[in-house]
Amino acid sequence: MLAYALRRLLLAIPLLLGITIVSFLVLHLAPGDPAAVMVGGSEQPIDPEMYKQLVKVYNLDKPLWQQYWLWLSSLVRLDFGRSFAPHGRPVLSMIGERLPITLLLNIVEMLIIVATAIPIGALSATRQYSTFDKVTTIFVFVGFATPDFWLALLLMILFGVQLGWLPISGLRSLNWEYLSFWRQQADFLSHLALPVLVATFGGLAGFSRYMRQSMLEVIRQDYIQSARAKGLAERVVIGKHALRNALLPIVTILGLSLPTLIGGSVIVESVFAIPGMGQLMVQAAFERDYPVLMGNLVIVSTLTLVANLLADLAYSLVDPRIRVGRRRR
Amino acid sequence: MRGFWKAFARNRLAVLGGIVVICLVTAALLAPVLAPWDPYRPDVKKILDPPSGRHLLGTDQLGRDVLSRMLHGARVSLAVGFVSVGIAAAIGIMLGAAAGYHGGTVDATIMRLVDLMLVFPRFFLLLAVLAFLKPSIWTIMVVIGLTGWMGVARLVRAEFLALKEREFVVWSQAVGANAFRIIWRHILPNAMAPVLVAMTLGIPAAILTESGLSFLGLGVQPPRATWGNILNEGKDAIELAWWLSVYPGLAILLTVLSYNLLGEGIRDALDPRLRQSAGRVVSRGS
Repeated sequence: MLAYALRRLLLAIPLLLGITIVSFLVLHLAPGDPAAVMVGGSEQPIDPEMYKQLVKVYNLDKPLWQQYWLWLSSLVRLDFGRSFAPHGRPVLSMIGERLPITLLLNIVEMLIIVATAIPIGALSATRQYSTFDKVTTIFVFVGFATPDFWLALLLMILFGVQLGWLPISGLRSLNWEYLSFWRQQADFLSHLALPVLVATFGGLAGFSRYMRQSMLEVIRQDYIQSARAKGLAERVVIGKHALRNALLPIVTILGLSLPTLIGGSVIVESVFAIPGMGQLMVQAAFERDYPVLMGNLVIVSTLTLVANLLADLAYSLVDPRIRVGRRRR
Repeated sequence: MRGFWKAFARNRLAVLGGIVVICLVTAALLAPVLAPWDPYRPDVKKILDPPSGRHLLGTDQLGRDVLSRMLHGARVSLAVGFVSVGIAAAIGIMLGAAAGYHGGTVDATIMRLVDLMLVFPRFFLLLAVLAFLKPSIWTIMVVIGLTGWMGVARLVRAEFLALKEREFVVWSQAVGANAFRIIWRHILPNAMAPVLVAMTLGIPAAILTESGLSFLGLGVQPPRATWGNILNEGKDAIELAWWLSVYPGLAILLTVLSYNLLGEGIRDALDPRLRQSAGRVVSRGS
């Protein structure tokens, strides 16, 4: 087990380096002089003093590989630079404020998806072609096709504007400070309700589909037949033997779809004005805030890498074949 | 081929999806003829008019006809869907073929590149790139294509790994055909079925991505109408004009749904074995 974990960890190192290279190149290969872009776009006249300063601070006069090297060595010291916004705050502390919010949203989202998709998928597989199965199949297709930002708008119209039941932006009400402790928690939860619902919707469709597929494959296997043949109750056959084996591929798929789930935060956070990493990314893109964009990209993808690694390790824990046998492709 | 059509025609949902797709493509191509109003001419006397006989889907903040704008927006979705999937498929086929055919270091390098690209949450990467590019429809298509080829590459590689051991390939190698010819003339045609399915399913994913970006304001820019940016403008009038937020989203939903039904129908009809393996290789929009 330890050897396997170490090997996976070693494989992650070049990927980590790759993340920094892509993040660096993506923003430096863009046409035009980055310093000029920062000082105010190509149409406006550029303040020569400020331009010179920027070129110096960001080493833009040096060759590309040297710029990369300097940037990388400051990254290693956890120095992500300062934002170009007037407040000029360190990028790391901006991300530090927002990361917990995005993490919270994504973890809650993932727990809900796993907790609902597994029973839905398993049930529709064991009752293939039943009404339940047909209804969930329709739900899956509609869920796949529904744009998350549109669902957000519809829910805002319905619950926010028409019914007035739930808040539609931010994480706290304006009078938050004056509420009692329990009221504060309730207020926070009511702010989370719509964003979490939207973020869960698409993923739920996908996962219940995968779960159904995986379960269908498993219940056709010989060992399920033999479990039945030796007289086990159907409840045990399905609930224990089939379900456990059907869950195996789901762990991998969960790991693989993490980038998609996390990427969804961009839309959800900006529609509901939630101050997380996704919203920061959109703001930074509008303001062409170089250091924030690069820092954000590096952190988000590194987190995805770590989460993928954890999913891999979890998979090898539950399925020993992976550790011993062939390497997963 | 006969078997394919027979199997496909039996799947009523897939046929329905195909019909809707054909209607959508026709409507997009004929948008200038079909649109009842000029989608770009503002009219101060008709600001935010609700749906009526004159304006079937209402008007927007500038008094422009929503139906006409949506018909023109369909052209953007169509173009983005086809072109970006074309780009993604071209890159994916080339890299996947090289990796699967040559194996060894080439394979290892390309597959690490795939792993690397898959680590980036797509929307974060797209935003980082788009922040510094002039956001035209062409930029959007290229950027979506460049960030969406990994699924096809994996798929093509897997097909090549299986096919290159087959006798017809080994024989061509034995008579001295060069690698390029073997890849293009012998292996690739046999690997195309799952790629075509992946491409059909990639179109709706690209459409979702484009509309998401345009909704954020970082995609195709106004005044050019797209479903995403009509929704973006509609968001500001959400309490006054529900029709701006409802109809364009419905159009996206219908389009994506139809392409998905069509794609899955083609997959099942081509080869029931693919039901499990081909899967959804081009990731969902977000």
